[in-house]
Amino acid sequence: MKIEFIVNGQPREFDVAASETLLKVLREAGCWEVKEGCGEGVCGSCTVLFDDQPVSSCLVLAPLARGHSVITVRGLQENGGSLHPLQEALIRHGAVQCGFCTPGIVLTAFAFVERTPDVDREAIREALAGNLCRCTGYAKIVDAIEAYVKGVYG
Amino acid sequence: MATALDFEYVAPASLEEALAELGARDGDVKVLAGGQSLVPLLNYRLARPSTIVDINGLPLAGISMDDGWLRIGALTRHVTLQHSPEIRAACPVLADAAALIGNVRVRTLGTLGGSLAHADPAGELPMVMVALDARLTLRRRGGRRIVAARDFFTGILTTTLGADELLTEVEVPLTSGAGYAVEEFARRAGDFALVAVTALVRIDRRGRVDDARLAIGGVGPVPVRSIAAEEGLRGQEPTAERLAQVAGAAARALDPVSDAFASGSYRRHLTAILTRRVLTGAVARAMEAA
Repeated sequence: MKIEFIVNGQPREFDVAASETLLKVLREAGCWEVKEGCGEGVCGSCTVLFDDQPVSSCLVLAPLARGHSVITVRGLQENGGSLHPLQEALIRHGAVQCGFCTPGIVLTAFAFVERTPDVDREAIREALAGNLCRCTGYAKIVDAIEAYVKGVYG
Repeated sequence: MATALDFEYVAPASLEEALAELGARDGDVKVLAGGQSLVPLLNYRLARPSTIVDINGLPLAGISMDDGWLRIGALTRHVTLQHSPEIRAACPVLADAAALIGNVRVRTLGTLGGSLAHADPAGELPMVMVALDARLTLRRRGGRRIVAARDFFTGILTTTLGADELLTEVEVPLTSGAGYAVEEFARRAGDFALVAVTALVRIDRRGRVDDARLAIGGVGPVPVRSIAAEEGLRGQEPTAERLAQVAGAAARALDPVSDAFASGSYRRHLTAILTRRVLTGAVARAMEAA
């Protein structure tokens, strides 16, 4: 079936099978920044923003995306392709090792901070509870997000 | 590589059309709401439905209040239950329970009706609806019936919902002035709880328990109301000793299953602790309200 939805601000048309997931459709369209991890909605590496709220793209059947807005981590880049300040903060704090979970972490943190700018460390940890990182031990990720919040809102 | 899924996908544009689809089709028909329980099963080929009826196009989301009832459409998402000012004001225990569900992504798409119809024995919403004495509207072509939450769940992942029926609305009787608390224990953040407990307590002017309700999830095939504990509290002064005693008795009355995640006796241990905590929390809030 043919469906249309918006990817990072651009209306796109896709020819999909109803049983395909949004994750598969996005990756086949070249959005390789969306990573497949567990395939059951637990790990958070396939996180995208769906009408500005985080979802597991592996748990969205493609037809459900019809007419909605999907943002991948690439959609956070500033005009001209420079990294978002939140991404810069992660780099500055050494919060990226293998990087596989990073797009999901960035989008989850971004959506959380947009919704609740007045956050503390505990709230950040809770917000990221559904995003698994097997490298960093999370401390530097939380440091980076805390620094970003202070930089933007502090 | 798993073999491809092959189901017929239908997306009815109206409730009548959806009920007609459910009534007319044979085979393994699955309703798709938020998909947060169904799609993992599809991805791992643990479910191979012949037809998926996508109800996301139906006007079944929303919150309203009248005649002392809070009415919530089946397609209302967990994130809405968690953050809606109406729910927070009218039924705060539901907002707190919704905040405990899965992870933030599950809450974005997961729906009230989907969670109830999926009927996981440790699910927060089945438990809280049993605690709240909610009633569910089940529609089928040319008819409807109302079922109490307590009678809706019949076994593990099993309900009274017929193949031709759709859960469309949940109604919660409003109880003002009740203290409330919900707590759970899970092995990891986002996992289904090993045990989850909800308490609602009302305190009278003399400082005694006027009414108490206790529901426990994760300790049997369906959420359990602890009637003995409720009766053990009614008319009593809610001292710390009394609450601990009732919590212990509620736990001893259960015979939870052992599984790969926890033994039955550990679940019973958790039940006593969590029950004491929620009763203490609910009583404190009820005292504030009184």
